Amino acid sequence: MDIQEYFSLVFSDYTLRTITIGTATLGAVTGMLGSFAVLRKQSLLGDAISHAALPGIAIAFLITGAKDSNTLLLGALISGLIGTFWIRGIISKTHLKSDTALGLILSLFFGFGMLLLTFIQKQPNANQAGLDKYLFGQAATLVESDVWLMAIVTGICLFVLLLFWKEFKLLLFDEDYTKTLGFNTKFLDILITTFIVLAIVLGLQTVGVVLMSAMLLAPAAAARQWTNSLSVMVVLAAIFGAFSGVIGTAISASQNNLSTGPVIVLVASVFVMFSFIFSPSRGLLFKQIRFIKNRRDLKLYKTLSFMYNIAETHDDITHPHAVKILNNFHGYTKGTLQKLVDKNYVILQENMWSLTEDGFKTASNLYNQTDNE
Amino acid sequence: MGNKIAVKVDDLTVAYNYKPVLWDIDLEIPEGVLMAIVGPNGAGKSTLIKSILGILNPIAGSVSIYGKPYEKQRSLVAYVPQKGSVDWDFPTTALDVVMMGTYGSLGWIKRPRQKEKKAALEALEKVGMLSFKNRQISQLSGGQQQRIFLARALVQNASIYFMDEPFQGVDATTEIAIINILKELRKAGKTVIVVHHDLQTVPEYFDWVTFLNVKKIATGPVKDIFNDDNLTKTYGINYKVSIQK
Repeated sequence: MDIQEYFSLVFSDYTLRTITIGTATLGAVTGMLGSFAVLRKQSLLGDAISHAALPGIAIAFLITGAKDSNTLLLGALISGLIGTFWIRGIISKTHLKSDTALGLILSLFFGFGMLLLTFIQKQPNANQAGLDKYLFGQAATLVESDVWLMAIVTGICLFVLLLFWKEFKLLLFDEDYTKTLGFNTKFLDILITTFIVLAIVLGLQTVGVVLMSAMLLAPAAAARQWTNSLSVMVVLAAIFGAFSGVIGTAISASQNNLSTGPVIVLVASVFVMFSFIFSPSRGLLFKQIRFIKNRRDLKLYKTLSFMYNIAETHDDITHPHAVKILNNFHGYTKGTLQKLVDKNYVILQENMWSLTEDGFKTASNLYNQTDNE
Repeated sequence: MGNKIAVKVDDLTVAYNYKPVLWDIDLEIPEGVLMAIVGPNGAGKSTLIKSILGILNPIAGSVSIYGKPYEKQRSLVAYVPQKGSVDWDFPTTALDVVMMGTYGSLGWIKRPRQKEKKAALEALEKVGMLSFKNRQISQLSGGQQQRIFLARALVQNASIYFMDEPFQGVDATTEIAIINILKELRKAGKTVIVVHHDLQTVPEYFDWVTFLNVKKIATGPVKDIFNDDNLTKTYGINYKVSIQK
């Protein structure tokens, strides 16, 4: 099946439609919540949570012997939450910084999870196959009930975000100030963190433990490049996330069921790279263009002001001077002189130049800081 | 100046680890003063403000605002944090930040409306930042950011203002603009408490001063207690300032 076939089948084929709606929903909810994580500088929290969920999956399997995703994800949720609260505990109770706490919990839980997975794989019963899909994700295994669960969580999450929008914005920008206004910051903090954990756990089946955090970060990082408004950023991140999910799934399903996680993450990275380069206000490309243009303007005005200083010494400001004098000015080129003529600041006659009234006025007003604003 | 006590602190002790940052502070701040809190680095000046405002949990002690516990009097108190305590690359505008000052009186869930927007615009005008209302906050200079923070507190229309180093990193124009606003607040009968670093300007800007270095050294009118003796006790070196009286 190639990509074109995939997109024509999405609308007719039940399984493909289920998978596509699932990954789109997942991308949207992680994009939304990811904006909050990124702005709180908790980007790596998602990574720690997803890795911390792995032992939960393994233990849930060992206890119940069941492979249905809801049971396993409940285990993931519990161990993800335990990991999160341990991280908080370490940060508040010890002198360790948050990156150390995150790294410790991440590797401890992931190591334990891998240990359990290999233990399960060595067991004689054949039921164990397929647990490793939680490492890198396999969207093809999504069924309708999984998608419903995602949709419900996304709906609740959206409702809560809209309800407490003002409070969340305040918390993200200035936590101390939020406290002094009488808002319970602990409640808000636990609320948002719980949703982040939920969204990550829901994504494990599709994207997998190892790369789940990218679903949180990449859409948000891309969205930040395009806007200076929090609400637009959250909406954009949701859109980028949804598209990464859909496109990633399409590619993965059409190429012999590649692991979905890596493909989705690569698609999301393309969004990020495109945004980093082409965003009009923050993008590298336009920054560079503006930089070059500014330099050119500065050179032009520098030349003009040099000419102004010479012209000023005469009673008649439009008195002609030899072009040769300009060679004394470091940075003078014939090109800049021509541009000044084009702008009607300077008149050039044979080897003599003279300032126009307009040019004199412009030069005398150059960089008069106190006149600005 | 009234005789009412605006802020009363009793036996306040704060410690981060083993060492106390504030030790047994008793403090009474009368209504209507413009007060500087001075002391060396690590003296606990910011900690004092943050403990009064409930941002930090003290080991012991109590705070009352006009005779009642702080928790019941939040609406009377406004706070201007240190400028460096937030990320100014946050995606929002100057007006939006000032609007945050109305969130406390709105309470949970309710959204700001025209009335709140109007109040925010008035505050922006007071600090001379109206023309910057739609500017992304990262594109403001340090002094402008400080003015935005001040406007956000003004919107709260409080009786008592706590400010953590509002003059840090601002130019002379902004410093004068800010101190004029603070003096206007005092004229309107408000109480203003400022963590301050520049000892030279204390007599010119403030009428009340508290010397702090883990313990409270002295508190009272600037003209009575702002002298070499208290400065030496607070800073631990032989301090000489020329005070213009």
